[in-house]
Amino acid sequence: MKTNIRLLLDITKTNLLSRFKQTSVAALGVTFGIGTFIILMGFMTGLNGLLDGLILNRTPHIHIFNEIKPSDQQPVEKAPGFSTAFNIIRSVKPKNSQARIHNALPLISDLKKDARVRGVTPQVSAQVFYIAGPIELNGLLNGIQVMDEVRLFNFRDYIVEGSPEELLKQDNGILLGAGLAEKMSLSVGSRIQITSPGRGVFPLKIVGIFQSGLAEVDDVQSYVNLKMAQQILGEGNNYISDINLKLWDMEEAPEMATTISRLYQITAIDIKTANAQFDTGSTIRNLITYAVSITLLLVAGFGIYNILNMFIYEKMNDIAILKATGFSGLDVKLIFIFQALIIGLVGGLLGLVLGYACSVMIDNAPFETEALPTINTYPVNFNPLFYGIAIIFALVSTFLAGYLPARRAQDIDPVKIIRGQ
Amino acid sequence: MAPILEAKKINKYFKKPVLFHVLKDLYFSIEEGQFVSIMGKSGCGKSTLLYILSTMDREYEGELFLGGEKLTGKSGKDLARVRNEMIGFVFQFHYLLAEFSVLDNVMFPARKLAKKSHAQIKKDALEKLDMLGIPHLAHKKASMISGGEKQRVAIARALINDPLIIMGDEPTGNLDQKNSENVFNIFKKLSQDERLSLLIVTHDPDFAEKTDRIIQMEDGRINK
Repeated sequence: MKTNIRLLLDITKTNLLSRFKQTSVAALGVTFGIGTFIILMGFMTGLNGLLDGLILNRTPHIHIFNEIKPSDQQPVEKAPGFSTAFNIIRSVKPKNSQARIHNALPLISDLKKDARVRGVTPQVSAQVFYIAGPIELNGLLNGIQVMDEVRLFNFRDYIVEGSPEELLKQDNGILLGAGLAEKMSLSVGSRIQITSPGRGVFPLKIVGIFQSGLAEVDDVQSYVNLKMAQQILGEGNNYISDINLKLWDMEEAPEMATTISRLYQITAIDIKTANAQFDTGSTIRNLITYAVSITLLLVAGFGIYNILNMFIYEKMNDIAILKATGFSGLDVKLIFIFQALIIGLVGGLLGLVLGYACSVMIDNAPFETEALPTINTYPVNFNPLFYGIAIIFALVSTFLAGYLPARRAQDIDPVKIIRGQ
Repeated sequence: MAPILEAKKINKYFKKPVLFHVLKDLYFSIEEGQFVSIMGKSGCGKSTLLYILSTMDREYEGELFLGGEKLTGKSGKDLARVRNEMIGFVFQFHYLLAEFSVLDNVMFPARKLAKKSHAQIKKDALEKLDMLGIPHLAHKKASMISGGEKQRVAIARALINDPLIIMGDEPTGNLDQKNSENVFNIFKKLSQDERLSLLIVTHDPDFAEKTDRIIQMEDGRINK
């Protein structure tokens, strides 16, 4: 059996080498197909990852806050005798409730105990005015626990000057939005004054500039320590306006958000609801990538099919003689299947090299954009999975392309050919 | 002595383009060491008979025995093995694998049989080429040698597995007088010295005259 395979491989080898040009063209078809697949997948998923990261990494999986909205249940519906009636209430207004989350600190420690939760960060947001000299700009100040934000939400990526540690060291530090800094001609080390309606003026020191890439954020937002924000608002340390959750598994977010909002009587928005269009976008981009790559491989497969078919017509005599001297139909079929697989393997491996080389080139091509401060080159995903899929795809498609011609060779009747002369 | 090859009541029909009875109730046998030629006009069915005897054509009625073993009804794979081991083939056209060397061509059937080591097969192949007077061609490409040489290589290939019988379909039909005689002498020597049976279809009366026995065919039957 083993010697038989070796014999068949010997014949295959000579067949391939004697038609080197045709073989090379067939293999090159596979090479381009596989190479393009690698490049497309690497580039597309790299870009997807970047875009997802841009939004999803900094977006909490679950965002908990007190939303101002009318009660779902109006008092009249609770009154006996009216609960089953058809009640019409006009001009319903929301109740004036606090922006703070009720009992925030026990809630946070509760959430931290949940095994599904990777991290919890409290935030305090406040409407403020930035004052620098004669200029007054309104904006939004977020009090954060900076190192938790760095750990959970890649906060460090958006600090273009200074560092998050500086904020931790200085109680009165502020990380100023890049748009604000530009408008007010401020830089790291300068001072800025913050005032909140009805409170005092707080002088803060700029310890860093942050740039998210989204102008409407960079033009209004800044970050300070949680305590500082509570001071500015004149509130105690149990004043928390937002709680952000990061889970181990993002897929669990919708279910958990529902539970939290029911259990704690609070608004909890999950990432899927907040960013549904991102998921859709990624899926469609992947779909297009696969469709294009498969089309390319299909074309390469037809090339191999064609060349093998022609080859079998040319080799009718050889096939007849092999059969007459004792090679079985299966042997002949194997010769042609080997031939197809070798073309697929060689073409496929070259394709992997080509794809990898191009990916490295793209990965090093400069890509500077205002919107993405931390990105200098095009993002490329070098996931080994793509390389595995590509080589398996190359072998499967060439096998299929080779199978039909090989079957024909198997069925050739040697008598007809020998007598036909 | 038991016959090497025996055919019993062979019938063969061609179904296309119209039903045609090619071979009609053929009986005959060949003894060990016998050199037999089959003659007859074109279309009398002699090649058809040869392909049935060679096991390549399986669509016939009747029974076929080779070396005492019944071949009729065996699977295609088993018959391939029989052709490989017990039958040597020589055709009118030379049918060597053009891209391979002469030596490779001679070795293929033995490598397929895989009963001997590679080195032993190579030695045997060189011996056969030597016996046929063409040892110098061993490493030439099969497409680079002359017609008469090709036919001798084909005979060497037919002999490589020491078959029970050699079958030929007008092996000299495409050769000139000198090469034709050459091939005949090789066959004659094989039948006399090696006690090999030979069954050769031919159009050439001079060739047939010199064989041990002539099977004359006409209209699907054996005449004498």
